[in-house]
Amino acid sequence: MNNNREIILKLKNVRTYFPVRKGIFKKTVGHIKAVDGVNLEIYRGETLGLVGESGCGKTTLGKSILQLVKATEGEIIYNDKNNERDLRKLNSEEMKDVRKKLQIVFQDPHSSLNPAFTVFGSLEDPLKIYGVKSKAERRRIIGDLLEAVNMRREQMDLYPHEFSGGQRQRIGIARALCIDPDLIVLDEAVSALDVSIQAQVLQLLKKIKEERNLTYIFITHDLSVVEFVSDRVAVMYLGKIVELAMSEDLFGNALHPYTKALLSAIPVADLDRRKERIILLGDVPNPINPPSGCPFHPRCSMSQDRCKIEVPHLINYSKDSNEHLAACHFINQT
Amino acid sequence: MSLDKILSVRNLKTYFYTNNQCTKAVNGVSFDVKKGKTLCIVGESGCGKSVTAYSIMQLLPKLSRIEEGEIIYHSTNGDIRIDQLSRNGKKMRSLRGADIAMIFQDPMTALNPVYSIGFQIGENLKYHTRLSNEEIKSKSIELLREMDIPIPDQRVLEFPHQFSGGMRQRAMIAMAMACSPKILIADEPTTALDVTIQAQIFELMDKLKQDHETAIILITHDMGVVAELADDVVVMYMGNIVESGSIEDVLRSPAHPYTKALLNSIPVLGRGKNQEIKPIRGSTPDPLNRPKGCQFMPRCDFSDDKCLTMPLAVELSETHTTRCWYSDKILQDE
Repeated sequence: MNNNREIILKLKNVRTYFPVRKGIFKKTVGHIKAVDGVNLEIYRGETLGLVGESGCGKTTLGKSILQLVKATEGEIIYNDKNNERDLRKLNSEEMKDVRKKLQIVFQDPHSSLNPAFTVFGSLEDPLKIYGVKSKAERRRIIGDLLEAVNMRREQMDLYPHEFSGGQRQRIGIARALCIDPDLIVLDEAVSALDVSIQAQVLQLLKKIKEERNLTYIFITHDLSVVEFVSDRVAVMYLGKIVELAMSEDLFGNALHPYTKALLSAIPVADLDRRKERIILLGDVPNPINPPSGCPFHPRCSMSQDRCKIEVPHLINYSKDSNEHLAACHFINQT
Repeated sequence: MSLDKILSVRNLKTYFYTNNQCTKAVNGVSFDVKKGKTLCIVGESGCGKSVTAYSIMQLLPKLSRIEEGEIIYHSTNGDIRIDQLSRNGKKMRSLRGADIAMIFQDPMTALNPVYSIGFQIGENLKYHTRLSNEEIKSKSIELLREMDIPIPDQRVLEFPHQFSGGMRQRAMIAMAMACSPKILIADEPTTALDVTIQAQIFELMDKLKQDHETAIILITHDMGVVAELADDVVVMYMGNIVESGSIEDVLRSPAHPYTKALLNSIPVLGRGKNQEIKPIRGSTPDPLNRPKGCQFMPRCDFSDDKCLTMPLAVELSETHTTRCWYSDKILQDE
């Protein structure tokens, strides 16, 4: 990656564990290691795709960044005009200030809007909190936002049930935009939509990003979508990043056996690109009790004794200036 | 000709009556299912693809009925008109589960949580065959083994919550395959699953198709799945089949603007970040307030006044049929 680019967010060894409690005294008997030691740098103005299967910790990582879930360990450093702050250590007053810059769009547009509020009602709260006092001004801002997401100004007085799924998702995007953020976490933002609507929302997201110079963290399980939107892609497996590369490198030359299997498993709507499927054995292991060593070894076709003992770390395998990191002991042999 | 057909649907109309209104969920659908082949029904949510399947199984809710049309099952003992059988009559019950079986989208809600997996597989055998309890038990274990479930003799005693998502879907397929049906209807069988698990399930379905010569009706919204699995494709929009044909016909030379737009609106893996996607404008119309004539007209780039009358099905070749006035123009337009 270009080293001169500004880092907007730096994650250092972030771990988010959820306790597992049992018995009448709710004794903690173990931890679900949802995010287990993630190091990541996100550059200003890029789209970072975060992919993985369900339960791999991608949503928890997104929420940990926004402090919607408190990370157990590690540093989440947000760089706001060269003022670097660890989000985990901020008090609520300081956090309020930062939250203005970090926003999220949720997966399910049906449950993320309050059905009792009109669109205006849902969208005006953040503006109130961040000091837009006059109602006329708030109406103007929200009207502009709705137009920015290809909806009509008058629609702000309607209730969520009067909109289709695609429109609701666009309202969700407008809500994230309303206080002018720097970074938006898009948590499966297009997964619940029909394909024809999905394309509309994807194009809208691309357009808004260019207009407002935003940074996206795009969390999804759909690799075709990731390839279309992302500059860089991180593949997660059981709470760890197993591969991180520029989008072209990852899709053209995947290194990690998990990424390869994942790519081969995607059904492609192109008859000329039918290919051999690599079928993985078994399911994703239980994150309460992850396998020793490399978390992928029980399902990996190349695993050897070393994989059972030693945890592989992310190593740069790139031959040019773009980073291509992968966590596997046997990359060179493949 | 009818020798290789196992099921024919002719001009099927299924209407729903709710709140004194009539929803024409399926509005004149005709297609054939060939022995040992996979027919994919594609379309967006609400286009009537599931209702078509439920009509074949006679599993429609009380408020709906088959208004018109024929569903003919070409059994070994002559043709059976499924649409004329009473929903819970003896004949229908002997077909359902034995000759025609179905697997559903969400295996957790489709399986009964209070009965063991073995019991639920055995139920089917108990009803349709004359096997003894011992034989049923060993046959259930055999079926689970065929579905690649590890340690089947133990697993057969377990309950759905002890299974992972992929294994539940396998158990469902085991239930459906218990009596070696001639037709297997799969309603979005992998939508709730991860891609690597999806690949396993598809592999399994392919194997079953070859081993048992079962015809599969696969309902999906994913064009990728269609490209991987289908022999024949039916594209539905607002209760009508807009295009049908072999996979080569439909994916290589789509002759209906909706199919074409659908294919252009999805990002395809391997085409990179700069691929062009063209969203379909607008959204699917309200089924209670339909456009006049061709249902796709308000969203179509080719439409004019002629489209105010519903086009008839045009045969482009022996296999390829479309419902559009301008199919020639669309075929030429690249």
